Amino acid sequence: MVDFLAGLGQRVLGILQTLGHATAFFVDLLASAPRSLRRPYLTTAQVNAIGNRSVVIIASSGAVVGLVLALQGYITLSRYGAAESLGLLVALALVRELGPVLTALLYAGRAGTSLTAEIGLMKAGEQLAAMEMMAVDPRIRVLGPRFIAGIISMPLLGAIFSAVGVMAAYVVGVLMIGIDAGAFWSQMQDGVDVVKDIGNGVVKTIVFGVAATFIALYVGYESEATPEGVSLATTRTVVVSSLSVFSLDFILTALMFTKH
Amino acid sequence: MSKRQIETLVGLFVFLGMLAILFLALKAANLATFSFNTSYPLLARFDNVGGLKINAPVKSAGVTVGRVASISFDNKSFQGVVTMDIERQFQFPTDTSAKILTAGLLGDQYVGLEAGGEDKNLQPGDTIKMAQSAIVLENLIGQFLYNKAAEAPPKEGSGSK
Repeated sequence: MVDFLAGLGQRVLGILQTLGHATAFFVDLLASAPRSLRRPYLTTAQVNAIGNRSVVIIASSGAVVGLVLALQGYITLSRYGAAESLGLLVALALVRELGPVLTALLYAGRAGTSLTAEIGLMKAGEQLAAMEMMAVDPRIRVLGPRFIAGIISMPLLGAIFSAVGVMAAYVVGVLMIGIDAGAFWSQMQDGVDVVKDIGNGVVKTIVFGVAATFIALYVGYESEATPEGVSLATTRTVVVSSLSVFSLDFILTALMFTKH
Repeated sequence: MSKRQIETLVGLFVFLGMLAILFLALKAANLATFSFNTSYPLLARFDNVGGLKINAPVKSAGVTVGRVASISFDNKSFQGVVTMDIERQFQFPTDTSAKILTAGLLGDQYVGLEAGGEDKNLQPGDTIKMAQSAIVLENLIGQFLYNKAAEAPPKEGSGSK
């Protein structure tokens, strides 16, 4: 019994310690980010690695989600004679929820893992320690540019996802099924608000970008300096980022979209 | 890849992202129809505003001339007070009447304005005198059933066998 209590206490203390450590790391990262901007090219190169190379997977996923949403939405909407609302349905679903969340999940899988593995291997190869020896702060030189690049890339990727999805829905709805193009767009424009829907969607992607990038960097930085440690850290990045994105999404949706 | 190439690619990516946001704002949302025209308020009192919502369109002859700005309850006359923002370019005579109408059978409700023949126009902040309430489906069905029952008195012993 005492053993059980001791074990429980140890676990709780461990979790608290990790949380505190992560918070301190986050504050450090925020503090060093402005100084990373003194060398803008470091950030540009990371936007290339994180953002550019994710465009293809984000755009193709967006297209498929838009196609499927349009097909499935049409089946239900046409039962109530509201097939013209298809554009509105797809646009709202994409801009408010699916765009930000799916982009963040893909981002965690595509870019987050590579960040974690890169940092983990840098740590395992003692590159970070070597930098410190040369009086180069790895937070400013390595972590900061990646963090900023992630925050820049995510909203852009999210917007690309939603835009491609809406275009794909147009292809299915108007070109394949034959909904009137004017009604498709005007219903959409009538129901989607620039600030409330698109603005909040962009805010969501920024929040997810901060969370997913931070988790990837933190997990990589704290990974054990062994091959197993790096592989474990990569897995953990995907799991923790995905769960954080889902829970953050619930909180943000509750804050943004419950009141009208 | 050279530094220049990477910078170009990143520029392209940022441009693409901006383009996507612009596409969403202009094509999928209402930014293009967003009017910067100043508007003036008009009030109307309804016995029943039904399912009218804030931001519902105000139409005259089927053309949107403004939006519903606010809906409140007047505790003196026990009526719903609807404030509408009408675009400055549209002026209505003082004997204009307002109705709450429904788009389609079960669609959204909007305010319909019917212009009268007076020479003087409504001033900002004026109240529209003639206002017809929303049609509430339950009341309509209730009235219909009541009329039906009055029309055809129940036959003797038809219900018990």
